[in-house]
Amino acid sequence: MPATTRTVTDLTSTTKDGIGASPLRPDGTLKVTGEFAYSSDMWMEDMLWGATLRSPHPHAEILSIDITEALKVPGVEAVLTHEDVPGAKRYGLEFEDQPVLAYGKVRYKGEPVAIVAADHPETARRAMERVRVDYRVLEPITDSRRAAMDPQCPLVHEPGTIPDHPEYNQRGNRLRHQPIRTGDFTTGDPDAALEALRARADVIVADAYEVGMQDQAFLGPESGMAVPAEDGGVDLYVATQWLHVDQRQIAPALDLPQDKVRITLAGVGGAFGAREDLSMQIHACMLALHTRKPVKIVYNREESFYGHVHRHPAKMRYEHGALADGTLLYATAEVIVDGGAYASATPAVVGVASSLGLGPYEIPHARVDAYGVYTNNPPCGAMRGFGAVQACFAYESQMDRLADALGMHPVDLRVKNSMAQGSRIITGQEIDMPLPMADMLRQARDLPLPPDREDLPDPADSRTLPGGVAGTTRGEGVVRGIGYGVGLKNLCFSEGFDDYSTARVRLEVAGGEPVVLVHTAAAEVGQGLVTVKGQIARTELGVEKVVIAPADTGVGSAGSSSASRQSYMTGGAVRTACHAVRDEVYALARGRGHIPEGVGDDDLTLTGGKIVSRARGALVSLADLLDDGTVVEETREYHHRPTEMLDPTLGQGSSHTQFGMCVHRAVVDVDVELGLVKVIALDAVQDVGKILHPLQLIGQIQGGSTQGLGLALMEEIQVGDGQIRNPSFTDYLIPTILDTPPMRIEVLEHPDPHSPYGLRGAGEPPTLSSTPAVVAAVRAATGRALTHAPVRPEDIVGIPL
Amino acid sequence: MRVNINVNGEDVTADNVWPGESLLYVLRERLGLPGSKNACEQGECGSCTVYLDDVTVCSCMVAAGQAEGRAVRTVEGLAEGPGKGGDRPLGAVQQAFIEAGAVQCGFCTPGLLVQTDDLLNRTVDAGHGIPTDSEIREALAGNLCRCTGYEKILDAVHLAASRRADTDTAGSPA
Repeated sequence: MPATTRTVTDLTSTTKDGIGASPLRPDGTLKVTGEFAYSSDMWMEDMLWGATLRSPHPHAEILSIDITEALKVPGVEAVLTHEDVPGAKRYGLEFEDQPVLAYGKVRYKGEPVAIVAADHPETARRAMERVRVDYRVLEPITDSRRAAMDPQCPLVHEPGTIPDHPEYNQRGNRLRHQPIRTGDFTTGDPDAALEALRARADVIVADAYEVGMQDQAFLGPESGMAVPAEDGGVDLYVATQWLHVDQRQIAPALDLPQDKVRITLAGVGGAFGAREDLSMQIHACMLALHTRKPVKIVYNREESFYGHVHRHPAKMRYEHGALADGTLLYATAEVIVDGGAYASATPAVVGVASSLGLGPYEIPHARVDAYGVYTNNPPCGAMRGFGAVQACFAYESQMDRLADALGMHPVDLRVKNSMAQGSRIITGQEIDMPLPMADMLRQARDLPLPPDREDLPDPADSRTLPGGVAGTTRGEGVVRGIGYGVGLKNLCFSEGFDDYSTARVRLEVAGGEPVVLVHTAAAEVGQGLVTVKGQIARTELGVEKVVIAPADTGVGSAGSSSASRQSYMTGGAVRTACHAVRDEVYALARGRGHIPEGVGDDDLTLTGGKIVSRARGALVSLADLLDDGTVVEETREYHHRPTEMLDPTLGQGSSHTQFGMCVHRAVVDVDVELGLVKVIALDAVQDVGKILHPLQLIGQIQGGSTQGLGLALMEEIQVGDGQIRNPSFTDYLIPTILDTPPMRIEVLEHPDPHSPYGLRGAGEPPTLSSTPAVVAAVRAATGRALTHAPVRPEDIVGIPL
Repeated sequence: MRVNINVNGEDVTADNVWPGESLLYVLRERLGLPGSKNACEQGECGSCTVYLDDVTVCSCMVAAGQAEGRAVRTVEGLAEGPGKGGDRPLGAVQQAFIEAGAVQCGFCTPGLLVQTDDLLNRTVDAGHGIPTDSEIREALAGNLCRCTGYEKILDAVHLAASRRADTDTAGSPA
C-alpha cells in the first residue's frame, strides 16, 4: 500500500482548497508581476493599428463618404465603410438593429462610420481626419418620455426595419412595454380601481424619480487583436463577457461559418455588463481579413464612453397607498428606460424593471408599466443590476417617504411588508427559496454604528470630514444621517432564456500525480470564476492539482459572465462534468478489479487522490489506476430550470430562475451648506446560499456596494442634445479610496434547493441596495426629498439649477 | 527619434519614436513591458504609475522624450531577486495584494503596487512606522479601482507594511 494512503479517519476531510476555502486566485501572480496579457497588451511583429471614425452627430443622414484622401496617408493599409462589410450589415444582442458601420443614417453621436488600419495609431488618426463624410443633420429625439408616450414623435428607426415582437407590445419608438396588473387592477376600469384604493388608504405617497445614465467604467478599455488565418477564417483575442454570443454576431457580418471565427478570451480589465455587446470585434476582424495582417484596436477612455452601452437612465413615477398601521395596500409605477439608438439588452431590462418594479414587498394591488424606448441618445444595455437598480432607487425612496408619513422607523415599515419564502412577486411567481428579509433588515439595523463625530480622536481632522483635505469645514454645517436600502434581484437569465453552460473536465496522471484540467468558455472578468472552477473540481474529484484551460470557443458556450450567473451555471457545469468523470473512474476501477463485489458507487468517494469506500477505506489511488496513460474526459452542459415569458397583458409568469437579496445600512456626514457628502460606513447583510470562496465573495459585495455608492453620489453621464458632455475620468467621477468607507459585510447561508451547492449569485444584489441606502442617509441628514440619483450638491443645498 | 532609458536597471533604446508618444506607449508598445496599464491615458486613474527617477508619475502624462537618460522602474521591476517576471520571488507588496484579495480584474493593480511601494518606502522603510488608514487613503487617492471597493486594498497595504516592518527590523543591526 503506498505510503500516502490515508486512514479511514480521513474520509470526512475535504480536499485542500475546495469550496468554502479561500485559495489564491490562479491568475494572481501574473497580475501582480505585470505579465497577465490583457486584451490591450496583445502585440505581434507585423501588426497594424485599427481605429474607428465615429459620427459627430446624434442624428443625421449620411449623404456620402469619401475615403480617397485617407487612403493616401503613408502607412495606411485600409479604410473601410459599410460597403466593405462582407456579410450581414447589422447585428445585435436581442434585435439585429445595429449597423456594423453606419449606412443611410447615424442614430447616435459616436456611432462607427468608417474604420482604418495603419502602421501607428497616430497614422490612423490622421487618416480618419481625411475621411470626408457629408451629413444632413436631423433633429435628435432625446426625450425618453416623449419617445414612449407621444404617438406623433418621429421614429428613430424606419418602420419595418426592426424585428417584430408582438409579445413586447411594440409601438412607435417603444421597444417593449410590459404591463403588470394584480388585485383590483386586473378587472374592470383600472382608473376607477385606483380611485377606490386611494379612498381606502390612510396614507398615500407619490413622486417622480430619476436615475442618471451610469457608466460601467471598467478600467481595461475595449481592445483586442484579430489575426487572419490560413483557412480564410480569423482568430480573435478579445476582452468580452460571452465568447459564443460574440461569435454568433461576428460570423454573419464577416460572411464566415461560425467555426471559422475562433475567439480566445484575452485578459479582461473589468466588465460590469459593458462587454456583453460587441465593440471593436467585427471591425478588427474586417481589417485583419482585408489586410491579411494582425490588427489591434484599443479604445482610449473618451472613445470607450462612446464605444459601449451604459446603464439605462430611468424616469419613474411611483405611488404607494398604505393603511395607518403601515400595511401596504396598493402601488402603481411607471418606469421609462431610455435604450438609446439601438436595442442591445433593453427588452430584457424592461422585463426586470417591470417584474421587480415594486421590490420585495407584499402589495395586494399592483399596477406597473415599464417601457423601453429608442431615442438618439447613447445606446444603453447591460450594467450590474440590470433594470432592478433603477426601480430599487424609486421603490426604496417611496418606502422611506411612507415611513416618514406614518411616523414609523424605515426598517419597521419594511419588515412589516417584507416578502419571505412562499411569497409571490407581482408576476405571480412564488419565491420558492429562503428569503429571510425581515431578519436581514433587523440584523442590518443592529450592526454596530461607527463612533459619533465628537468621539473621534480629532473631530476636526479634515480627512474624516466632507470635503476632505480641501479643508472646506472643521465640522460646522456637518450633519449625520443613517439610511437603509433593500433590493430584490433576479439571478441567471430570465423569461424563457436557456442560458446553459458547458464544461469539459479531464482527469489524467502527469508526473506521477493526478491532475484535473477544466475547460470552459466562461469569461473571467475579475470576479474570480477561475478560482471557483478549480475549487469545485477539487471538491468533486478529490484531486488537489487543477489546471484551468484558457477560455475559448473550442468548447461549448458558457453563457455570459453577467446576471450573477457564472458560479451557478458554469459552476454547475463543472460539477456535472466532474460527476461524469467520477462515474467513469468508478467504472474503470470496477473493470480493473479494484472495487470489491457488493460495493456500489454510493459507497464510494474520491478523496485525497484515491477511490475510497466508506466501509472499506482506500481502494486504489488515481495515480495507480490511470498510470497507463488512461485519460478520463467528459463534457457536460448544465441548464437551470426553465422560466416563462411574462404575458404581455397582465405581466404574469414565473420569469426568473433565482432571487438574491442584499440589505444595506449607510451612515453619512453631509455638509449641508456646501452639498458635500462623506460616507462614513456602508454595511451590508446578504444571503448567498452557500459561500464558495469567502475572500472573493466579500470582494464582490464590497465592489458592488461601491458602484452603488457611485450612483448615489457622483456617477452620471451628462447627456445634452444627444451628446455626452463628460466622456473622461476627469469629468465622470467614480469613487476613489477617499470616497469609499469601511464596509462591514455579514453573509448568510440559506441554501437554495434548486441550485448547485445551494448557492445564489452574489455580484449584483449589493449594487441595488447601496444606492437607495446612501441617498436615504443623505435625505435623513438634510430633510430634502432627493428624487434624483446621483444626488448633486445643488440638490443638497436646495439650489434649483 | 531615439530614446535611451534605464528601465528596471537595464539600459534600453527605443528607435523610431514619434515625438507625440508617451512614456507609457514606449514602455508598452516598443519595449515589451505592457505591465503599466492604459486605463485612461489622461492622468486620472493611476494605472500607468511608474517610478521616474524615484518619483512616482503617471507614465501616460510623460512624453517619451522627457524620459531620455532617466531611470524608470515599472511593475515588472518590483519582484525581488534575479530572473525574469514571475520566475522571481514576489515582493512583499505583490504577495500581499494576492493574499488579501486586492486583485480582481487586476487592471489597476500595477499602478497600485508601485504607489504602495512608494508609500512604504516613505513610511515604514524610512522608520516612520506603519501608515494609518488615513495616510494610505491619501497616498492611493490617485489610483482608481472599479472592482474591489478598496477594502481589500487597504488590507493588502497593511499586510505588506507589517511584513516590511518585520523585514526591516530583522535586517537592522542588533
